[in-house]
Amino acid sequence: MSHVAQRRGKYGFIAGFLFAPLALYLTFVIWPYVQTFGYSFTNWSGQSPTFDFVGTDNYAALLKDEVFRGALWHNLLLLVFVPLVTILLALFFAFMVNAGGRGGAGGVQGVGGSRFYKVVYFFPQVLSLAILSVLFGAIYRSDEGGLLNGFLTRMGVIDAAHPVEWLNEPDLVLWCLLLVVVWHGVGFYLVLFSAAMQSVPKDIYEAALLDGAGRAQTFFKVTLPLLWDSVQTSAVYLGIAAMDMFVLVSTMTSGQFGGGPDHHSEVMSTVLMRNFLYFGKSGYACAMGVVMLALTMILSVITLRATRRERIEF
Amino acid sequence: MGSTGEGLGRRDLIKRSAALGLITVPTMSFLSACASGGAENSTKGPAKAAVTKENPFGVAKGGKLDVVVFKGGFGDDYAKAWEAAFDKKWGTTSSHLGTQEITAKLQPRFNGGNPPDVVDDSGAQQIKLDVLAKGDQLADLTAVLDSPSLDDPTKKVRDTLVEGAYEQGLQGGKFVVLKYVYAVFGFWYSGKLFKEKGWAPPKTWDEFLAVCAKAKEAGIGGLAHQGKFPYYINVVIMDLIAKKGGLDAMKAIDNLEPNAFEGNPAALAAVEAVYEVVEKGLLMPGTNGLTHTESQTAWNQYKAAFIPSGSWLENEQLKQTPEDFDMKFLPMPLLADSKLPFEAIRAGVDEPFIVPEKAANKAAGFEFLRSMLSREWSTIFAQQANSLTVVKDGVDPSVKLRPGTQSAVEALKAAGGNTFSYRYPDWYSEMDTEIQNASNELMAQRIQPKEWIKRAQAAVNKAAQDPNAKNNKRS
Repeated sequence: MSHVAQRRGKYGFIAGFLFAPLALYLTFVIWPYVQTFGYSFTNWSGQSPTFDFVGTDNYAALLKDEVFRGALWHNLLLLVFVPLVTILLALFFAFMVNAGGRGGAGGVQGVGGSRFYKVVYFFPQVLSLAILSVLFGAIYRSDEGGLLNGFLTRMGVIDAAHPVEWLNEPDLVLWCLLLVVVWHGVGFYLVLFSAAMQSVPKDIYEAALLDGAGRAQTFFKVTLPLLWDSVQTSAVYLGIAAMDMFVLVSTMTSGQFGGGPDHHSEVMSTVLMRNFLYFGKSGYACAMGVVMLALTMILSVITLRATRRERIEF
Repeated sequence: MGSTGEGLGRRDLIKRSAALGLITVPTMSFLSACASGGAENSTKGPAKAAVTKENPFGVAKGGKLDVVVFKGGFGDDYAKAWEAAFDKKWGTTSSHLGTQEITAKLQPRFNGGNPPDVVDDSGAQQIKLDVLAKGDQLADLTAVLDSPSLDDPTKKVRDTLVEGAYEQGLQGGKFVVLKYVYAVFGFWYSGKLFKEKGWAPPKTWDEFLAVCAKAKEAGIGGLAHQGKFPYYINVVIMDLIAKKGGLDAMKAIDNLEPNAFEGNPAALAAVEAVYEVVEKGLLMPGTNGLTHTESQTAWNQYKAAFIPSGSWLENEQLKQTPEDFDMKFLPMPLLADSKLPFEAIRAGVDEPFIVPEKAANKAAGFEFLRSMLSREWSTIFAQQANSLTVVKDGVDPSVKLRPGTQSAVEALKAAGGNTFSYRYPDWYSEMDTEIQNASNELMAQRIQPKEWIKRAQAAVNKAAQDPNAKNNKRS
């Protein structure tokens, strides 16, 4: 058998394996995309197979839609804060449980009880978002039956007759939701970063310690550069979470598919779903979907580009 | 050993393609939700039997019947009992689905052209009726109305229905929805609490505020409302408008008139009256952020004197209501110079049953609805779901009612012909949502009554551009 034939046989073999997943991918991922793109130029109601072609009307309307623009702004805000806060906290905690202990004769170690912390930090990740929304619903509950309000009332910080309506305050609601996402995410990224930190050879740390580096210096000069790949991946993941937010917003805030009070917690996915399923403007909603897709793509490329660095292998 | 990222290494390639794959994940779930089912299913031609007086739609014996009901506050036992009765009479095999996910389960079927034969399209995830009607997905049910009643064949089904059942089933001028449950709307209070405190049920808004003030003194909230769902406080605002301004004020809103809210003194007075409750601090603390179950349960725990709701409240709160609570219904108290009497109440029909236009066994679907409007099936519903139906005197007198339902029935009797109901929530979902948002802001004291009026009018003006606005007119 010639080399060429052998190679062809190999490729045929590989292609055989790839065919099924590729077909599935085309049918269930690419084809809906194409369909959505098509629908975004129609006035499809979502409940009937008939519709008219309306050109770019939906996109023109989208530009003027204040609710959608507000939602977009909220998504961008979350896009900045969700990864930033989560990664900073996760890095800090991971560093503390892995290399934050006093560098005694035993070399590099975490703070006391770090094994225990690692397990505890991971707990929130085990909960599904649905449970999370119930849990935090009870925490943010707007009367004194809420955990926060009950606590603050008993501390005498707030008056029982005027409890803080956490999720019904335009200035608070988004931050309250942000806290939930961060609380949920930190544990996972802590474990991720821990794993990455543990693969860093101890002798690098020891060398740094011998040279007289403090905790902060060790972190910024040694740990962070060696962890950069993980941080970058986390930023993309968290960015995705920030672009979505659908489950939390739709279940925890007021309004059909959430977004309340008065659109102050609106994200793109909630506006999309309301138009798609409730207002019967599915063509319009598809236009939103296309915009969301385009934005997510652009933002991911930017994230990967902006965080590109020289990589260090060890 | 160090290496720099010159060119595209194998690891980089894998990492990047993985990342690019990832970004598609969140958008994908939404986009794929947008895809419709494609081709229509046009194979079935349902067998038909001869049309007779007993079988006005020509139901074929031994056919299939596909029923989907919303399994919410009323459960779905009543529907199972109905289906058993139907199968027995017509020899059909019925399939039953009780679900809360109406949209998720049915949207693909509507899009694919193979919907069920009967649907109870209700609940938070209902498929909006205006949307279905616009897409010509609803069968015209006029034939059911004109068929002979099962109880008295000399009467047409149409004549056995309560007032409003016909009008509220119209979409674009066609009767396409049978709303089966009859509900009255107003405030609710605990007979026990009022007796204990010596409070009289108020008839005017001033008396209402006075009771709220007394409640506050006693350490109880005055008015509780289901803040997370401003639908309920809108009932209060809209009913005050209707009672003060008369039926014309109500119709002006449904007909999207340019002065429905703006320049309508009744509307401003109503909104100001509700706002007075907020301003005087007579709301139950925190009620603005509570869900319907949270606020209703707090009310059941005597933390508030009043709560607005429809007559499904008693059934919904069965488990949370203390045995001796003595739930009572109160018609909306009157503002000064009201055009309608105190007894007037919003009486609505709800729980929309539809027969899809493309149903495989439309005849059986029609016959099913006709049977629902018999006294026998209506009594089954009252027993299983603890609620009244649109069939006039449709409940066997031997069924004993709970106190709340009993007081609602009495209020309904006292109201006589003085019942009214709004259509705009069914006709214009977007307008309804916008007014609800404004009400939420009003209750949180973030906007003033004048601003509410402005926003509500803006919502009306926007709805007037809806293509459906031409067909949805009431007089």
